[in-house]
Amino acid sequence: MKQQAICLYLHVHQPYRIKHYTIFDTGVDHNYFNDETPGVDTNNEFIIHKVAEKSYLPTNAVLQDLLEQHPDFKLSLSISGTVIEQFEAWAPDVLESFKKLVSTGRVEILAETYHHSLAFFYSRAEFEEQVAMHRKKIQDIFGLTPTVFRNTELSYNNDLAFWADKAGYKGIITEGWDKILGWRSPNFMYRPTYTDNIRLLMKNYRLSDDIAFRFGDRNWSEWPLTADKFADWLGAAGDNAQVYNLFMDYETFGEHQWADSGVFEFLKALPEYWKATRQDRTFMTLSEAIDNFDPVDKVDVPYTITWADTERDLSAWLGNSMQQQAINALYGLKDPIIQTGDWALIEDWRRLQTSDHFYYMCTKWFSDGDIHAYFSPYETPYEAFTNFMNAWHDLKFRLAVKGIEV
Amino acid sequence: MKVLMLGWELPPHNSGGLGVACYQMCKALSKKGVDIEFIVPYTADHGIDFMTVTPATPVTAQAILKSGIAYDSFKYILPDGTEEEVDLFTQADRYVRAVEQLATLGEFDLIHAHDWLTFRAALRAKEISGKPLIVHVHATEFDRAGGKSGNPMVHEIEYTGLLLADRIMAVSQLTKDIIVREYDIPADKIEVVHNSIDIDSYEQLDSHSAYPYLEQMKQQGYRIVTNVGRLTIQKGLYNLLLAAKEVIARAPKTIFLIVGSGEQYRELLQLSADLGIADHVVFTNFQRGKRWRDSFAVADLFVMPSVSEPFGLTPLEAIGWGTPVLVSKQSGVSEVIRNCLKVDFWDVNEMANQIAAVVCNEGLKNELHNQSYKEYTRLTWDNAASKMVDAYNHHILAGATA
Repeated sequence: MKQQAICLYLHVHQPYRIKHYTIFDTGVDHNYFNDETPGVDTNNEFIIHKVAEKSYLPTNAVLQDLLEQHPDFKLSLSISGTVIEQFEAWAPDVLESFKKLVSTGRVEILAETYHHSLAFFYSRAEFEEQVAMHRKKIQDIFGLTPTVFRNTELSYNNDLAFWADKAGYKGIITEGWDKILGWRSPNFMYRPTYTDNIRLLMKNYRLSDDIAFRFGDRNWSEWPLTADKFADWLGAAGDNAQVYNLFMDYETFGEHQWADSGVFEFLKALPEYWKATRQDRTFMTLSEAIDNFDPVDKVDVPYTITWADTERDLSAWLGNSMQQQAINALYGLKDPIIQTGDWALIEDWRRLQTSDHFYYMCTKWFSDGDIHAYFSPYETPYEAFTNFMNAWHDLKFRLAVKGIEV
Repeated sequence: MKVLMLGWELPPHNSGGLGVACYQMCKALSKKGVDIEFIVPYTADHGIDFMTVTPATPVTAQAILKSGIAYDSFKYILPDGTEEEVDLFTQADRYVRAVEQLATLGEFDLIHAHDWLTFRAALRAKEISGKPLIVHVHATEFDRAGGKSGNPMVHEIEYTGLLLADRIMAVSQLTKDIIVREYDIPADKIEVVHNSIDIDSYEQLDSHSAYPYLEQMKQQGYRIVTNVGRLTIQKGLYNLLLAAKEVIARAPKTIFLIVGSGEQYRELLQLSADLGIADHVVFTNFQRGKRWRDSFAVADLFVMPSVSEPFGLTPLEAIGWGTPVLVSKQSGVSEVIRNCLKVDFWDVNEMANQIAAVVCNEGLKNELHNQSYKEYTRLTWDNAASKMVDAYNHHILAGATA
């Protein structure tokens, strides 16, 4: 029987936020990520506890129930190395709850860069190293080896697909952006151009964003969104669909959309309503969808796209001169840093590669006075930049101490 | 609608932001059809055509000259050619007499007075004419004294004016809060009308800088940090020099350009020597025209570290001349511009941290200016003028309080 599947994919990530790190700290204090001030947004432990309580623990409880109640409920996750470390340090119970989900055999984990970085666009060697680090971490923690790749912020282009194909991944995911798809629907399996074996799954951003962004918006004409209404929307395509790629941040559940919005009830009810009217409706992990559906077309992405904001490009991370200066300065230290073999130094350098640091320097929403669109632990993008560059100067200081002048 | 506007200065005879704010505000008001007679305490040609400017000149004097420094004495030239120095309080007294004797006093619909020097005249005008009075607060004695109560006589005049006015306009939320906290005035009597800037009134820069030396140093990799303002406790320059020492220790190719005059000059000069940074600090005295413009333009960062700044026009002017800004959080302008660096005036280390970040990072400097310039080009006095006209209409209708 011809099947239709929801491919639910949730992305779990937290960066190591830089504390208020001034020029007086440079060369003196080599800890950039250890803000222990109670209740501030640059206190990483505080954030992990807060999000664990609001999102990770309650969401995993719902997912665990769904896995137990519905034998065909499945989902895919990506979990960055930086968040796994923070779970290990401060919230081992959260990590245990993820392990329990994975142990059902119906939860897939995707490959990505350990440090949630944009290394692919700056250094192929560094990128591959971080992907390898992540694979090892996932093997150690969850006992499985990822076969589907996601790059940071779902950034994607033909080169990345080519790389992932050669690296042996069976699938890769990105945004189902209209400018790329044209008249085509994201609800099908595709194949990247210039590749041999790999498959491409593209996010259905309308349906995904109904949950991730609009769910709790009382000004939205479709509010309140219920599971049966959403299941109707999914059914609207009739037989003309293979996969419904619902890709979103894991923290949608409980953090971006708070519990009082009803988002947990929505998630609990979705499988039942989804399967209520048709026998051929199911859930699949991404690799399962790849095994089940043949590609309908080739997709050509000559320039980089992402799943971010209206431009769907990297401008939120690399769009202004501060971001450019910061990331170029950081990758400019690559060779001397790697050559030291000093693991602590290399690791600090890698933690600074996490894309969130550059996002915090974004001015495009801040300038418009839309403070709600500026998600950042800092008051201004300029403060984010200043902390980052002061830490960068400290990396240089540490190199200088080793006799390496940059 | 006829408004009697009582002010202390107008460009080009101004010593600071007060005159510029009054000028640009009145221009915007006149565009909305307000008929303004503006009384200044001295005699001069302003070249203004959108309102009537009347000098409050007593009959005895042939001319009254005002020095370039705010809150300074006035010089009278008497008919026999002799000169007389008049202190500020005496001048304010004479301003009262002149306003009392204005033959046209009864013809105005409303009185609008700017800062304490005009408040006593404003109260007399209200008493005689029975017209409603709006007092506009650009600065309080609390600000000028650097966050202390200051001169008790001035405080008393301010208090009386604030108490007896029908409505108070404050140039920022910061100033409104000070009026409530330091003068016990009910908050609902005070309206915040943020100052703005008339960006079309500024001349273009020309190709040659008035600071060839500094331009040469920039070619050699130096960065220039500028302040333009009175050298007085309110402006927080003491802390700026303390921060400068820390910046120079880490970024030795930094020069601080201090433009202005005032009673702290010797103290600040001495401090820069004591800190061992005198060779990195340039004092230029008070400047006008091209030298004034170029002080902003030559800079890589403009810093306004004021202890208490009701509004603060100079950062907006700096942005207009192409320079990003760092302002103290204790300033009204920080309520208006988002894309600037902000620091508590007392936090010397953070001030140094932020200055160093700009002088060391071209990317920060450029982005900060690009974004702030976008905000700058959207600034206009139109909103402020609309608020004022609404208040005028309301109070003309309601009449003056007894």
